[in-house]
Amino acid sequence: MTIEVKNLVKKFGTFAALDGVDLKVDNGELVALLGPSGSGKTTLLRIIAGLDWPDSGEVSFNGADALAQGARERHVGFVFQHYALFRHMTVFENVAFGLRVQPRAVRKDEAAIRARVKELLDLVQLDWLADRYPGQLSGGQRQRIALARALAIEPRILLLDEPFGALDAKVRKELRKWLRSLHHEINVTSIFVTHDQEEALEVANRVVVMDKGRIEQIGSPNDVYDNPATAFVHGFIGESIVLPVDVADGAVRLGDRPLALAVDGLSPGASKLFVRRHDMLVGPPGSGAFEGAVQHVRTFGPVQRAEVALFGGETIEIDAPRDRELRTGDRVGLEPRRYRIFAG
Amino acid sequence: MGLTLSWLSIIILIPLAGLFLRSLELSPEQFWNILSSRRTLNALRVSFGLAFAAASVNLVMGSIIVWALVRYRFPGRRIFDAIVDVPFALPTAVAGVALTSLFAEKGWLGAPLAALGIKVAFTPIGIFVAMIFIGIPFVVRTVQPVLQDLDPEIEEAAGSLGASRLQTIRRVILPSLAPALLTGLALAFARAVGEYGSVIFIAGNLPNVSEIAPLLIVIRLSEFRYADATAIAVVMLVVSFVTIFAVNRLQRWAQNRVPAR
Repeated sequence: MTIEVKNLVKKFGTFAALDGVDLKVDNGELVALLGPSGSGKTTLLRIIAGLDWPDSGEVSFNGADALAQGARERHVGFVFQHYALFRHMTVFENVAFGLRVQPRAVRKDEAAIRARVKELLDLVQLDWLADRYPGQLSGGQRQRIALARALAIEPRILLLDEPFGALDAKVRKELRKWLRSLHHEINVTSIFVTHDQEEALEVANRVVVMDKGRIEQIGSPNDVYDNPATAFVHGFIGESIVLPVDVADGAVRLGDRPLALAVDGLSPGASKLFVRRHDMLVGPPGSGAFEGAVQHVRTFGPVQRAEVALFGGETIEIDAPRDRELRTGDRVGLEPRRYRIFAG
Repeated sequence: MGLTLSWLSIIILIPLAGLFLRSLELSPEQFWNILSSRRTLNALRVSFGLAFAAASVNLVMGSIIVWALVRYRFPGRRIFDAIVDVPFALPTAVAGVALTSLFAEKGWLGAPLAALGIKVAFTPIGIFVAMIFIGIPFVVRTVQPVLQDLDPEIEEAAGSLGASRLQTIRRVILPSLAPALLTGLALAFARAVGEYGSVIFIAGNLPNVSEIAPLLIVIRLSEFRYADATAIAVVMLVVSFVTIFAVNRLQRWAQNRVPAR
């Protein structure tokens, strides 16, 4: 099932939750919607599910208009952050719910329902919990049951809203791997929402980075990390050194120091220079675009993290390999291996 | 622990025991004769029958009120929310007088109803109305917190799994609220059975027709027929006790089913 979203706008009062969003998801993809809270990612997911309605724009599944249908007709599996399990039903009945409420004409008989539920509980590896109530399960177990319940109706699309948001770090890591392999197994077109970049980069085939109701970048995990399209993406994904620079007269300046950096294609004015910490190469003084004095060094694992006061007035943290020990007071030259300069 | 027990004994257990002991002064035969007299039976029938009818009405109307109070935001919601408690706070005699003057043949509601040939005040319908009035907060206040706790997301979940609105209400919402609804019903029933103050003003108090059991107790007491009074009282006590016990079991069952989150 392909999903296509065109120019979607949704306002809550004067706040634009979605401000002209276009997105195409191909059959069998596992896509992450990544962004800070308030970026509109959950609103987008709910509109695709039919739980919310846009002010304008289009949503289509395999080319057919989806907005003409309610949540009930769309045949979409939805997994909520806080599970939304039916607390008065056993795990078994929770999973069977979607099968039991089908119109009589297409409803399976009791034996078929039992077999299907058993199959799903096996799939999420929780068949031994069938007779428990949701209140008796751990968070991770509840979320797996919620997923089994959503899959029971053989959804055309699977949507997950911060599925691991309410779980602790260790369980979250396990479930990430599990979700990836599950998707591999059932291969249903899936979109999940997260504010955790590690989760998005690790699980998804494709990442959609959102901010303030707009899509900032769509790309593979590698792509959004290595080639951020905007200042926001660079700052939001991975840790970045951000330096305020000035582009004027064919030169880039930090404070009053000109930097030996190319200016091709940059528009003049106040700008921001983004570098990854590990992309700052350390050399002898005078060897790179920047120069500075080491203030402080901490060593852990394969890297040493040094605080360097740049000549020109900023202090940055860099990660350097341990082949050359840095000491407090050393003067060093720094050359950014990869960097991006964004206007503004 | 000791304090709780002694306090409970002084306030509740000792008076109840006294009541039972008093009724033991009667032989089983006398006891039976009092209870099976036409007037007693009719009084008990009026009390229990109308109380159950009123509690049932409260269950339905109370649920609708709760739904509106919890799920909708409308101007004056907080005032309506506060008004629900009025029957709790109002002295029952005041309620009785107010209802009587409202439903009397010349009252604001009584006059139009009389024109339709329906007489409310001084008939069993009047008792029914008074019992509804005093019972409504019990249903609302028991169900309200449970509904507030009920995550609207579970309705969305049911919808996305293909359930119609009706299926969602029947299979998800009502079963989640059922323990609270039954508790509210039982409390409203217990209260209506024991109601005295507001009912006697509007009832007309005709023996065998609109005479409630608590009033019959008072009448017997004023006639110094203490044994008769106690016998009726014991029956009412047993029924209340059974009701409260059922409520208790119901709540325990609901808690076991849904352990604390």
